Amino acid sequence: MKKLVLFIPLVVFLGLGVFLYKGLFLNPQNLDSALEGKPIPAFQLEILEKTGETLTNETLKGKVSILNVWATWCPSCKYEHPFLMTLARKDILPIYGINYRDERALAIRELSREGNPYTINIYDHKGRLGLDLGVYGAPESFLVDHKGIIRYRYAGPIDARIWKETLYPMVQELQAEAAKDGAS
Amino acid sequence: MIKTLIKGLSAFILLLSMASVANATPVDTYQFKSPEKQKRALSLAHSLRCPQCQNQNLVDSNSPVAQDLRLEVYEMVDEGKNDDEIIEFMTSRYGEFVLYKPRMEAKTYVLWLGPIGLLLFGGMIGFLFIRKQRIAESNTEELTSEDQKELDRLLKRDTK
Repeated sequence: MKKLVLFIPLVVFLGLGVFLYKGLFLNPQNLDSALEGKPIPAFQLEILEKTGETLTNETLKGKVSILNVWATWCPSCKYEHPFLMTLARKDILPIYGINYRDERALAIRELSREGNPYTINIYDHKGRLGLDLGVYGAPESFLVDHKGIIRYRYAGPIDARIWKETLYPMVQELQAEAAKDGAS
Repeated sequence: MIKTLIKGLSAFILLLSMASVANATPVDTYQFKSPEKQKRALSLAHSLRCPQCQNQNLVDSNSPVAQDLRLEVYEMVDEGKNDDEIIEFMTSRYGEFVLYKPRMEAKTYVLWLGPIGLLLFGGMIGFLFIRKQRIAESNTEELTSEDQKELDRLLKRDTK
């Protein structure tokens, strides 16, 4: 028994070692969103392509959708763009774009050149909506249910793997939920 | 001699003061309504973490997000909002993570009480260890006079 007591420090040390070793492989950019479970913040912003025409958070309700924060100054968004194009072609859910802290002319030119996967693009020039969404970089994506509640946030570019493993199963779940409520 | 010394010293002080300017963090041209508000806003911004460059606070960082948030904090202070309201604003958007000093709650107990726990644990082990040694020391038996005689006899036999 007394001999066993001598092993306590070793056990404590090993436990701490395993704990800290695991910590080495955590991604510090993976923060939980404070907004999961909360509605899309209220906003009134212009549509990217139509100066003067505004839309609000109410516009985004009704369907399970994905809200994608992007900008022309963001290299990872360019990496993400082809996947968004394939996703848009599959027509699974509307992709709402938030053009974040960007220049209107540049953004429109980029979309006409590279293709436009977005159902609607919201022009968030000052980044106010981004701030209310807790965005700290682009790209970021939010899964929104048919009631306009944010259900999941993904920071970083979406690609085929993340879509298949994480996002699509959640989308299916949310769409089933929506169908139960009688929405599409 | 003394004059050159003073000259050298003043040059050195000038250099030092310039060094501190060079070290200054991003300066915003924000006009506060009062110096007290400025002080409060700056200390708040110092206690909040930039969500993008995670090892810098809002004042240190020059990332666009930090600039926006810093300005937001300044404006809210100027509007007369209290610290709790501003911290609530930040955490409701960016999560608890932006607080350099986490709040005391169920999931941060380990963080706050862990070091005290470890100190107590270490202290307890140290105390037990020392006490055990003391007991071991005080347990050395003294020789009775008969034992002493026997010992002397044996020692003498060896020297003979």
